[in-house]
Amino acid sequence: MGLKVLSIVESAYRATIEEQDDTILWTSTALRGAGANVDVLLRGNAVNYGVKGQDASGLQFGERKQTHPPQLEDDLQRLMDLGAKVYVTTDDVAERGLERNDLIGGLEPISRSGMAKLCGNYDQIWHW
Amino acid sequence: MSDKKTITFALMDPPYENARCTTALRLINIAAQRGYDVNVFAYEGAVGLPFTKQSPHPNAVHGHDADEEDHPLPHEWIEAMAKTANANGGNLDWINCGLCVDERGVHEALDFVRRGSPADLWKWAEASDNTLVIPTK
Repeated sequence: MGLKVLSIVESAYRATIEEQDDTILWTSTALRGAGANVDVLLRGNAVNYGVKGQDASGLQFGERKQTHPPQLEDDLQRLMDLGAKVYVTTDDVAERGLERNDLIGGLEPISRSGMAKLCGNYDQIWHW
Repeated sequence: MSDKKTITFALMDPPYENARCTTALRLINIAAQRGYDVNVFAYEGAVGLPFTKQSPHPNAVHGHDADEEDHPLPHEWIEAMAKTANANGGNLDWINCGLCVDERGVHEALDFVRRGSPADLWKWAEASDNTLVIPTK
C-alpha cells in the first residue's frame, strides 16, 4: 500500500497574487498528477478558497499587469478532477459567515471534532 | 531491520525572518547528531537558506566590525550540519525547489544542494520514517 498523505492548508492567500496560485494546492496537484495519493483539508481562512466567483484580477503596477491572477476555485476543481478529496472545515466556514451554497460543489465537509479521526486515515499529515 | 532513522523536513521560511528557521535548523541538527539520514526539501523562501552569497556584515550598534560581529550565515550552518551528520554516520541531503530558486534568483548554493521538485519530496516521504512540514505563515 502506498503512502497516503493529508495536506492541511491553513495559511491562506500566502503570496497567491505573486505566485498565481496557492503553492500548496499547486504542489498537491503536481503530486496527484504524478500518481501520489494526497488529499487536502482546508481549514481556518483557507476555507475561503472554496468560495465561488472569486476575482483577483486587475492588479497593475505601472504598465506591468498581472495577466494570470490566481483562480483558486478552479485550482480546487482541478485537484478534485485528479481524484483528490478536498475537505473543508465546516466550523471555519460558519465562523466566516459563509453558507454551504457559497462554496463550489464537491468539497467534503468535515467538522473540527472530526478532524482527529480523519487524520487517522492517513500515514502522514503535512500541515502547511 | 536497521535502527537507522530517516527523517524528511519540508521548510518554507526564508532566512532572517522568524524563529521557525532557527527551530528547523535546531531539529535538523539534533537528527544530524544522532546519525540520522536527514532530507530537507526547501520550498519557497527556504531555498535562500543554503544560498552561498549570504555574507557577514559589521554591526555599528554593537560596535563590531564584520569579523568581531561574526554574523551567523545559514549556509555555513547547513554546511556544518552536513559535516555533523557525516561524522555520526548519517547524511544530510538537501533539495531546493527549482522553480522557487528561479523566482528568487538564488542559484548559488552549497555544492551538495540539488535542484528538484515536489516529486522529490514525495519520494523522500515514502522512504522516510516520518516527515515534518514547517511552513511559513
